Amino acid sequence: MTGITSPRPKFSPPEEEPRPSPRQSRAQRIARTALGRHPIGIVFGAPYALFIAVLFAYPLGLAVWISFHSYFFAAPGVSVPRPFVGLANYEAVLADPAVRQAFVNVLIFLVINVPLTVMVSLLLATALNAAIPFRAFFRTSFYVPYVTASVAVVGVWLFMFGSGGIVNNVLGPLAPTPSWLINQNWAMPSIAIYVTWKQLGFFILLYLAALQNVPKELYEAAEVDGASWWRRFRAVTVPGVRPATTLVTLLAIITGAGLFTEPYLLTAGGGPNGKSASPVLLMYQTGIEQNRPDFASALGILLVIGVFLIFGIQRLLQRRQA
Amino acid sequence: MKPPVALAVAVTLALGLAACGGQGAVPARAAAKAHGPISIWYSNNPQEVAWGEQMVAAWNKLHPSEKVTGQQIPAAQSSEEVIGAAITAGSEPCLIYNTAPAAVPTFEQQGGLVPLNDFPGAVSYIQARTGPGASVYKSPDGKYYQMPWKSNPVMIFYNKKIFAKAGISPTNPPLSTYSQFLATAKKVVSSGAAKYAIYPAPTSEFYQSWYDFYPMYAAESGGKELIANGKATFDSAAGRAVIGFWQKLYAQNLAGKGSYTNDPFADGSTAMAIVGPWAVATYKGKVDWGIAPVPTTQGSHGDQVPTFSDAKNISMYVSCENRATAWDFLKFSTSIAEDGKLLSMTGQMPMRQGIQQLYAPYFKANPAYKEFAAEAAHVIEVPNVPNSIEAWQVFRNDWSKSVIFGQERPDSVLAAESAQINKIVAGNPNAQYGAP
Repeated sequence: MTGITSPRPKFSPPEEEPRPSPRQSRAQRIARTALGRHPIGIVFGAPYALFIAVLFAYPLGLAVWISFHSYFFAAPGVSVPRPFVGLANYEAVLADPAVRQAFVNVLIFLVINVPLTVMVSLLLATALNAAIPFRAFFRTSFYVPYVTASVAVVGVWLFMFGSGGIVNNVLGPLAPTPSWLINQNWAMPSIAIYVTWKQLGFFILLYLAALQNVPKELYEAAEVDGASWWRRFRAVTVPGVRPATTLVTLLAIITGAGLFTEPYLLTAGGGPNGKSASPVLLMYQTGIEQNRPDFASALGILLVIGVFLIFGIQRLLQRRQA
Repeated sequence: MKPPVALAVAVTLALGLAACGGQGAVPARAAAKAHGPISIWYSNNPQEVAWGEQMVAAWNKLHPSEKVTGQQIPAAQSSEEVIGAAITAGSEPCLIYNTAPAAVPTFEQQGGLVPLNDFPGAVSYIQARTGPGASVYKSPDGKYYQMPWKSNPVMIFYNKKIFAKAGISPTNPPLSTYSQFLATAKKVVSSGAAKYAIYPAPTSEFYQSWYDFYPMYAAESGGKELIANGKATFDSAAGRAVIGFWQKLYAQNLAGKGSYTNDPFADGSTAMAIVGPWAVATYKGKVDWGIAPVPTTQGSHGDQVPTFSDAKNISMYVSCENRATAWDFLKFSTSIAEDGKLLSMTGQMPMRQGIQQLYAPYFKANPAYKEFAAEAAHVIEVPNVPNSIEAWQVFRNDWSKSVIFGQERPDSVLAAESAQINKIVAGNPNAQYGAP
């Protein structure tokens, strides 16, 4: 095996932070504590901090507040009572069978979508990384669905998976009855497969970038040792792209938690019979259509907590593996 | 606390406090007497756009100092969510010519509507134009927050060519009783003349029950609303009959269960549709159609069978600064002349007494609309009760589950559904809402 040696980087030792002189005024010390060593950094960071505050922190804080009150949207300046109701909204959310169904639906989605996304995108990225004919064409082809508007692509899928669509025509008697998107057992798996296909280009891109960082020497060494293609894939490629796999998994979970467009368009609002409704779709229906933002906020907060829990478990498992 | 965190907290608090200030409401007393420019929204179908544009142009010619700006209602899944969001943002126009009666209680709760009773002579104007039927549109506080404007009495449209192909009389098809309707539907499908007999949208939006269950319930119950005196009325013989009828249609695949990307009646996938007079213009040149009243158990005859109005009304919204102009404009747009133009340009029925006599030349020239005009006197409305949209959503959810997909026996669902809707309209915050 060829050893890889790299010259040791020459770092210059960091400048020591000058100690404040006893004569330095108290005001200066306070200003320094608040603004840091390089106050100009705040100017550079402020736009993003403002962005986070306006578009994330404030709405999230408001959602938490709304979820503990009886709240509905009112015209500006109209005074309406918004009493504190404690956990009543959370109780209503947890007692609602439609909500429980939506979380089960997301679970089904994640169980299908996440492993499928990771496996298929890694396999395709590996194939596209090799010297195959029409490589550029294939790379573009996989990326096109990702950059195409969901509304347009959904139209095509509706035709394909309709009762008289091409998929059922090919399957013949094996086609499910009723058809995919109106079948209570197949609606959510169909959405999961659709989302996997639609997002595949992006995840392939992530894996392609990660594959560039896997040292070629490792493959050469494995080949010299007589490892088969599958063995090289398992022993070199999979561990080599583990950070990318973590990212892909996280992004796929986020996609699942925020699922909205597909059930909204593909199964006409979470049908059939709520079997493809997602929590975010429910938030839209109760919060916007039915003017029950208190219920929708409680549901949203529970969803955020759920996503954080999944991340926490995943990080814990990763640490153990490491 | 680290400096960036401190900064973020400070900005968040500042924004929160700023948001609490909000935009003040328009002073109602001054606005009620104010004249000046106003804006309006109307529906986005080509016929109504044409009517709206000519009406605005006619007003602006007569009142150059009180200019009206008209535009189509912004596109969304439903007008109600656009209007609700606009009320919250304070960006709604003075008048919206597309206000669904079912949404009025919600808009009222939001504080978004101006009671028309504020204007001198408004009540007598509304009642004189619409007649005794206007009282249906009064809110529980006795005020009019909507001007009854136009109705679209819902009836059965059938495709004459498909019926002829299936061996059914295209001039007098047997569609009067449930058993006749079912036999006709079976004949259409078994003959291969069309894939489905009827195809109301099987999706879960709260308003979809207005185009399958509700017209037939109106007919079967002799004109009962879904909720009367704060109690659901559908857990009854009439309700069970209608539900049983639709259940048979779905169970035998005579009605389509999947969402459809095109119009299944226009492309011949279904032989029948439940629509209002707006459909006459829509299907002109595309379908050779006939018309029949919605069926009942005992048989429906003539054009006096109660049905759903599918009305759209006009409401005035609180952001309006020049409400005196808005009220004058509202009267102008619902005058005898403008109602006549609405009828001739859109085919929809102005909610005005005696339209058949008033616009006799039009009905003589367009006999297709005669039956709709006769039906317009027998329509029923969605109940004007609190949380109306939530109540309809609950109804739709259970309809999907039990009738379309046959997961539960409708009879067993009815009592629980009824109790749940009673809670919702009574304003119980812990009633379950949810979605399909």
